[in-house]
Amino acid sequence: MVGRKIGFKLTVAVGMTALVTISVFAYINSRSYSKSLLAEVERHANQLSETVRSSTEYDMLLNQRERIHETITRMGSQKSIERIRVMNKTGTIIYSSDAAEIGRMVDKTGESCYMCHSADRPLERLEMPERTRVFRLKPGAPRTLGIINPIYNAPSCWTAACHAHPQSQVVLGVLDVTMPLAAVDKDIRAARIEIMVFAISAIFALSLIIGVFVKRWVDVPVEELLRATQRIGDGDFNFRIPENRDDELGLLAKTFNNMTQRLSEARLQLFQSDKMASLGRLAAGVAHEINNPLTGVLTYSSFLLKRTKDQPELQEDLKVIVRETIRSREIVKSLLDFARQSVPKKAEADINEVIARAAVVVENQLTLNHVKLLHTPDPALPRVVVDANQMQQVFINLFVNAADAIGPKGGTIQVSTSLLSLSPVGITQIKKALCPKRHNLVDSEVRIDGKPSIRIKARSNGNEGFIYLNSVYGAGGHHHGIVLDAAKEIQLSCPECSASLLCAGITCPDCGSAVYTFEVPPRGMVEGCTRKGCDWQRWEAVDTSGQKEYVEARVRDDGCGIPEDQIAKIFEPFYSTKGQKGNGLGLAVIWGIIDNHNGTISVESEVGTGTTFIIRIPVRA
Amino acid sequence: MTNRDILVIDDEEVITRAVTRICTAENMSVDTAPSGAVGLKLLESHAYRLIICDIMMTDVDGFQFLAEAARRGIATPVVMATGYSTVENAVRSLSCGAVDFIPKPFTADELLAVVRRGIRCGKLQRLAATPAGEQPETLAYVPCPSKYYRLGYISWVCVEHEGTALAGVTDLFLKTIDGVRALVLSQVDDEVIQGESCASVVSVDATEHAVMCPLSGRIVEVNPAPAGDPTVVEKDPYFEGWLYRILPSELEPDLKQLTPCSSDRL
Repeated sequence: MVGRKIGFKLTVAVGMTALVTISVFAYINSRSYSKSLLAEVERHANQLSETVRSSTEYDMLLNQRERIHETITRMGSQKSIERIRVMNKTGTIIYSSDAAEIGRMVDKTGESCYMCHSADRPLERLEMPERTRVFRLKPGAPRTLGIINPIYNAPSCWTAACHAHPQSQVVLGVLDVTMPLAAVDKDIRAARIEIMVFAISAIFALSLIIGVFVKRWVDVPVEELLRATQRIGDGDFNFRIPENRDDELGLLAKTFNNMTQRLSEARLQLFQSDKMASLGRLAAGVAHEINNPLTGVLTYSSFLLKRTKDQPELQEDLKVIVRETIRSREIVKSLLDFARQSVPKKAEADINEVIARAAVVVENQLTLNHVKLLHTPDPALPRVVVDANQMQQVFINLFVNAADAIGPKGGTIQVSTSLLSLSPVGITQIKKALCPKRHNLVDSEVRIDGKPSIRIKARSNGNEGFIYLNSVYGAGGHHHGIVLDAAKEIQLSCPECSASLLCAGITCPDCGSAVYTFEVPPRGMVEGCTRKGCDWQRWEAVDTSGQKEYVEARVRDDGCGIPEDQIAKIFEPFYSTKGQKGNGLGLAVIWGIIDNHNGTISVESEVGTGTTFIIRIPVRA
Repeated sequence: MTNRDILVIDDEEVITRAVTRICTAENMSVDTAPSGAVGLKLLESHAYRLIICDIMMTDVDGFQFLAEAARRGIATPVVMATGYSTVENAVRSLSCGAVDFIPKPFTADELLAVVRRGIRCGKLQRLAATPAGEQPETLAYVPCPSKYYRLGYISWVCVEHEGTALAGVTDLFLKTIDGVRALVLSQVDDEVIQGESCASVVSVDATEHAVMCPLSGRIVEVNPAPAGDPTVVEKDPYFEGWLYRILPSELEPDLKQLTPCSSDRL
């Protein structure tokens, strides 16, 4: 796990980079240090060699061999000098600080002679760097630096009385000075260790510092994000990442929280939609079943009431029965309204006017409760196709609820309207999908993201199965119950009548797979790719519609607010916080009406501060 | 053929009993049938003045019963009743040939008002169907003009060139009540919905009879004439006695639910 962490990887990468750069630097540094040290020794040796030569030159001219020998022996006995020797042109050692080797012949292929004698004919001139050499006397011994200094023939040499060197001879002999490098080598080794220690500690320090900062700036926030995604993946949509950073990861956390918020809202809406649909069916069934027994009660009681006009004591009681049964009838009727069995009768209307009319209806009630209603309409609001009566009911219910939330101390309800633009792709839900023979392909059994799917029968390569498409256009996430072989012929058909749903002559522009097609009345054909994982879809009516406009109305009160744990329940039928005052259907009916208009309703609330209901209705359905 | 007054078809016994109880108290003879099939069987041996039929039944539902009765040439007026009282069911009942629609649960008075209207409606229709020559001097009722559309036998609509539509009450509906004493009308700018009550006619016996609106839309004009003299509606229900000028919201689908009056004159 540690090896897979981004922080660890980053630290290792930085450590490696430091290792390489610091190593190269240390290597170059130590090499140049030893080079310059060696050059210094070389220069010193050269100087020494020149000193020996010039100090013995005069003695040579005078042929004072004893003096020369003494000089060389004394100089050679110095600690920093290993050996000084002079060879004549035949290779015989004529003087040496090591008396034992005087008279011995040197090997011309030996290390001190190699420079000049490697070719057949010996070289006569040597440049300074070529005259020096570094060698070991025997393997394992400390290094030694040798410098040879050729002794050239000069006029004084052949004119000297002693033994006269012939004039033709160029080099008379060689002065060879060797110096031990043990001290220098020790220096170099010490410097190398020093550099290495520095390099290693630098690498460690760098890695450590980077590691600490990476941990603080990357690891911790990334881990927080990771934990959040896991929590949300597990279904905890209330989890929030602390937004206490101002860098990109802080921004990411903020965006992430935002996204979670949206997701949780969408999920709630979806969940609500699903629950409402099933509750709606239940309510319709209950309404129907209850109406028959209610008819028994109402008919008999009203009949009795008619027949007992002469018995006032009975009349009063019967009136109560009739009145309460009629009240039950109204409740059942609102249940049926909620069950959306009454399809809205839509016409173009101005939401501002609808709100104004609703405000007039509740005016008296609000004034009695000391509630002020402030309406700030957007004058440029387009007209929308709605059931004006139902929408008016929505606002009346919201105002009455707001007034109840505000309570007897009085307060303010603020209503505002505005125009919004949102893209319909990824939002628009396909509610009806037809095969060429008009069978509905929408399947409520298999649900994708809680919404019914669109079922297509597919046959390929001898296999048969179903493809379930996400009914939200452009959202992807389709389910494939069959693996389609793109190389083989694919057949697509309506599960009910086998009419083909394969779109002839067109292949997916993204991947070239076969394309399905069905009709969404009245908004034309929808086409899409059959390949699993390819989400290409085309729906001209939606694709070309651009941003879809929504009219948004906000109703805000400064009442008691709704506790967070109750927000999810407030749109449920029979959920009421008003005790005996309400029947718990108001918000459920509102929800049903808004959903019927393809709109959305959401709520923001804070206990003690107030509640805002936000309604969005598409300008064109 | 035995002559009886009312046949109640409902799979709920409490309903058939209640209807029987109320109607027999008003000196009407009532037969009951627990299903559409039994009801159809009874119709073979009995003649009724009115049938009250539930919509949601297990074997033959109310609409199938209506269709079957029409196929057999039974002219008895049918009133549909249902606990599933939605606007769609009301409109569909009327466009399928029912003369009226009563949502459950209902009071005894509501039931009796519908029953009386239904019986009278049947009588008038029979009268209108009598071969020429045997008819009485005055017409049984005036059918609506051929360019008009009607919602059952209750209300009519006439589409105007401007895109608006006039709506009113049919003569047959007015003839089924005991003379108009007053009208309760909606106001300009009110939204009306096809199949929902948009006006009430108060008859001389003080019973209120709701008028189902023939189409959805917004009222742009209310005829001022009936306010001064409600009887103008009775005198000229199709022209001077119109009730509302409506700006339709969904004219085409609404018209599909209505019956063209030209079909009455074949």
